[in-house]
Amino acid sequence: MIWVDTVLQGVLLGGLYALFALGLSLVFGIMRLVNLAHGDLIVLAAYLILMIVTLLGLGPFLAALIALPIMFALGWALQRVVLNRVLGTDILPPLLVTFGLSVVLQNALLEGFSADSRRIPAGWLETASLPIGPISVGVMPLLTFLSAIGVTLVLQFIFYRTSLGRAFRATSDDPVTASLMGVKPSSVFAQATGIAMVVVTIAALYLGTRANFDPTTGPARLIYAFEAVIIGGLGSLWGTLAGGIIIGVAQTGGAQINPEWQILAGHIAFLVVLLIRPRGLFPRAFD
Amino acid sequence: MALLETRGLTAFYGDFQALFGVDLDLAEGETMAVIGANGAGKTTLMRSIAGVIAQKPDMVRFDGENIGAMAPDDIMAAGIAMVPEGRKLFPSLSVEENLLMGAHRRKVDGPWRLETVYELFPILKERRHQPGTALSGGQQQMVSIGRALMSNPRVLLCDEISLGLAPVVIKDIYAAFPRIRETGASIVVVEQDIGQAMKVADRVHCMMEGRVTLSGRPDELSREAIHDAYFGAAA
Repeated sequence: MIWVDTVLQGVLLGGLYALFALGLSLVFGIMRLVNLAHGDLIVLAAYLILMIVTLLGLGPFLAALIALPIMFALGWALQRVVLNRVLGTDILPPLLVTFGLSVVLQNALLEGFSADSRRIPAGWLETASLPIGPISVGVMPLLTFLSAIGVTLVLQFIFYRTSLGRAFRATSDDPVTASLMGVKPSSVFAQATGIAMVVVTIAALYLGTRANFDPTTGPARLIYAFEAVIIGGLGSLWGTLAGGIIIGVAQTGGAQINPEWQILAGHIAFLVVLLIRPRGLFPRAFD
Repeated sequence: MALLETRGLTAFYGDFQALFGVDLDLAEGETMAVIGANGAGKTTLMRSIAGVIAQKPDMVRFDGENIGAMAPDDIMAAGIAMVPEGRKLFPSLSVEENLLMGAHRRKVDGPWRLETVYELFPILKERRHQPGTALSGGQQQMVSIGRALMSNPRVLLCDEISLGLAPVVIKDIYAAFPRIRETGASIVVVEQDIGQAMKVADRVHCMMEGRVTLSGRPDELSREAIHDAYFGAAA
């Protein structure tokens, strides 16, 4: 029964990692941009939610609702003003720019909020649990996992059932031909980054309510996000969810054997998948 | 007044000049063929009109407006659609999604919508849920033409639509042209297949090394004159 509990907790933890990774997967899938500031943007969104909670006295979920359009606008502007200028055939300029952005964000957050650890208060939800037979499941981990599935479903819907999603996929395939169809790639990329920042905000809500965070928390989240995206197969949304779950289960399994092995077990699972399936578990058929 | 004009159109790839002052006029409802050997500048001409290669504003005029410096998506929205060389279907989209991309931005009432494109190329309706790139070359070309038609363009640019296709398939594709012409669209056909180009065109321009070397109606041009303009007089 201990192992059933371990796997279940790992699956739920995987939901959080999937939320970290889905925005990264979205941006990479559409514009082949590896955003090294992704983890720091999650932390930025967590501070934004914390500020709204503190200043307006709202609950974290309501605060996140207010933060969503702000982060969408930030992502849209970031893409239009900065990232579109460095996108091209050379992958180095966007890598350097997002690395620089990561450094700037960390230092700005350090300046603005100090190095102290913070947490978004979630009241009774922090300790609430549901009994499932002999196992207890935390409400927040369950909400996190359900949110990850919900975000994946919504992104799948946008990608495969809307005109915007068609434009995303067409632009990802061939931006020049997409422009001949009337698509403005720079605008499509800005909308994609805006949507990615909405996902980032949802990830930030659960990061901030479930654990302490500080201005330097971002890079570690970025690593988990990368691993989930690569395990799942670059650009695959369901694959990213599966990747997050694999890392989560590996971590809780490792911790069950020896608490010191938790983080290491996740990285080993990543390396094993990479060795067996270098293109990930669910790669796109064409790349 | 011509619907589409190029005036002194030049184009460069780095230091290499691909077009040297090309002047062309396309009237409303007219079909123009541009023929020439590989490297004559035909595709560069099409890409310049479509906005893929940026020009000075007044080098390309459409319906009285300078469009030379406009972005491809704005030119498309204005009413010029392109069937690019090599079909260029989107591999992650189905046949139907590829067709719908043609009407992504330019949504105007006109003769072309999914149903009429399927009437023009019935095989596409049967294959509409398959990935576009899973089709044969000829069927992919039908998708590419249908996709451009979905915007109900005033000018349709067709770049080497017979390239790499079997003669019988080329014949099938060109069989659709009278129906497209009936809708009133002006058409520019770039071809290496001189025979097909002469059959569909009201006017033919031959290009060599970035210049127009011969122009006229198909019935005015002799085989010798075309041969000289196509390959050079000394060939």
